[in-house]
Amino acid sequence: MNPAIEFLVAALILLGALFALLGSVGLARLPDFFTRLHGPTKATTLGVGAMSLASALYFTTTQPGLSLHEIAVMMFLFITAPVSAHLLAKAALHRGKDDADQ
Amino acid sequence: MLNFAIESGFVLIGLAMLLNLWRLLRGPDITDRILALDTLNINAIALLVLYGIREASGAYFEGALILAAMGFVATVALCKYLLRGDIIE
Amino acid sequence: MMRRLLPRPALSISLFLLWAVLGNAASLASLLLGALLSVLLPFIVSPFWPDALHIQRPTLALRFAARIGWDILLANWAVARRVVGPVAALHPAFVDVPLDLRDPFAATVLGSVVSLTPGTVSIDVDRERWVLQVHALDAPDPQALVREIKQRYEAPIREIFAC
Repeated sequence: MNPAIEFLVAALILLGALFALLGSVGLARLPDFFTRLHGPTKATTLGVGAMSLASALYFTTTQPGLSLHEIAVMMFLFITAPVSAHLLAKAALHRGKDDADQ
Repeated sequence: MLNFAIESGFVLIGLAMLLNLWRLLRGPDITDRILALDTLNINAIALLVLYGIREASGAYFEGALILAAMGFVATVALCKYLLRGDIIE
Repeated sequence: MMRRLLPRPALSISLFLLWAVLGNAASLASLLLGALLSVLLPFIVSPFWPDALHIQRPTLALRFAARIGWDILLANWAVARRVVGPVAALHPAFVDVPLDLRDPFAATVLGSVVSLTPGTVSIDVDRERWVLQVHALDAPDPQALVREIKQRYEAPIREIFAC
């Protein structure tokens, strides 16, 4: 394997894992639900994104033929992450309103 | 170098999943737990993709894809339940 | 002529790309089948969206997508720094962004973009008053945030879809 490509794959893996960890640190550390929502919607998505890119690059260079299907996971996550964040926020607002009523 | 990156990646994502687990157990609210589950799921996808690179096998990718689809549907279903279950009481 | 052959050019292109990506662009035959499906499927599904928006400015759309990609990287850096920094220094806030666009699909696109970029998650779109409710992780100046979202994201989206 070409050392430059190996370096790139390693860097992408580390970047992805680091962002996944940072997003989870946010989830564990931030004080209330709405601030916690920020970590996972961005950092973990980028984490998986970088990891998928690393995988696509690795399989394209080490095995015959292109390996692009990792990009599909990435696109899927980038489309669904805002939707789940939106629904979670709505559910949290809804529950907050109920607590205020009681 | 690649091996070092892969092993460190496992450690970092493992730590991330432990933090998610902590939030899942601690709560305090159900929405926090759903968020923790969703994040745990996304981290599991990253772990699967990474494992695929380590084993140099494309088979793990299919698992990652299924996990991505199922995780999203599960999160949406849980949120919808919270939103609608409360309305019906 | 183009319009009649491809009623939804953007949908056709995304379908074809998704097909190529999922099949690893393996063979010419599979790509041809993908091309055939991406021409046929929009005819079947177009009654689902009778008044769907069309992308009027494709080059602007591409440039906008590239800028969002870059913003996502910056956003992650910014959020990562705030996540490990002192929690007390954060200014979390709910911010209402009054919208100029008047289309549910464009509003969804804007909401998704806002959720993926710097320290903001979109919570709700009020379709009566056309207000996008946003939660910001760190917004010491909410008015600046409103201006930024409107200039940086809403204006290009309105131009792209001409709405």
